[in-house]
Amino acid sequence: MLEIKWYIVLAVTLFCIGVIGALTRRNSIIVFLCIELMLNSVNLLLVAFSKMHMTDMHAGGALSALNAQIFVFFIMIVAAAEVSVGLAIIVLMYRNTKSIDINFLNRLKN
Amino acid sequence: MSTTQLLFWFLSILAIVGAIGAVGSKNPLYGVLWLIVVFFAISGHYVLMNAQFLAIVNIIVYAGAIMVLFTFVIMFIDLNEHPAIPKNMYLKAAGIIAGLSLMIVLVSALSRAGNSHTILRFDTGVGLIKYLGRTLFNDYVVPFELSSVLFLSAMIGAVIIGKKESGETVAKI
Repeated sequence: MLEIKWYIVLAVTLFCIGVIGALTRRNSIIVFLCIELMLNSVNLLLVAFSKMHMTDMHAGGALSALNAQIFVFFIMIVAAAEVSVGLAIIVLMYRNTKSIDINFLNRLKN
Repeated sequence: MSTTQLLFWFLSILAIVGAIGAVGSKNPLYGVLWLIVVFFAISGHYVLMNAQFLAIVNIIVYAGAIMVLFTFVIMFIDLNEHPAIPKNMYLKAAGIIAGLSLMIVLVSALSRAGNSHTILRFDTGVGLIKYLGRTLFNDYVVPFELSSVLFLSAMIGAVIIGKKESGETVAKI
């Protein structure tokens, strides 16, 4: 069976790929995709941690595991709401600057 | 090597390849398609960890709804205009170095933690809809209802932000 450290390594790798993308890319849609990637890697790690300390369904650890998975569910809900508003902001930005390059965002100053 | 481990490595490699493809793709549409691959791989991990409810929700919400929303927005936007801004290679290298350093620090710190060798128990049935639904509608009813308010406010916000005002002229660049 699998140890927890492999899940840690996988989730950290996915998270850092997302960080690198958000830092280096200039297309605002791809930056937003990278943020989604980071959210998902954190969800994966939360689910992996929820499976750590329990023996069977009716023992004490199962309750915290259930709470952890409900927490992941609420993270997904908030992410869905966030995506709708963020994409509306990207559309607004495209309408005002005719570009989705994040370097054009400095025109918001004027 | 057992079947679980083989599946774990297959899904991990699929997820990482998809993530690199999503980050590195020139066209955002290909980025979205790669990210769908990542989401399916992560859903496979959830199934492997016996969290079936979250696997289904992940596919429906992320690979279904959110990615369709992204594709719609990409179709709104004319991607053929390439702004003539020179690429800053130093910034790109700095970003890659910063991300890799973060990864090294996190991996070395977390994998040396005391109980990093705990073996996961997959056969407990916690992730089944039966138990999760009971918890959700017993202990978390108020947050569940509040999330509908959150969705309503997000919807109204998106409509107000995206609405074209009357008499608005498109800015000339």
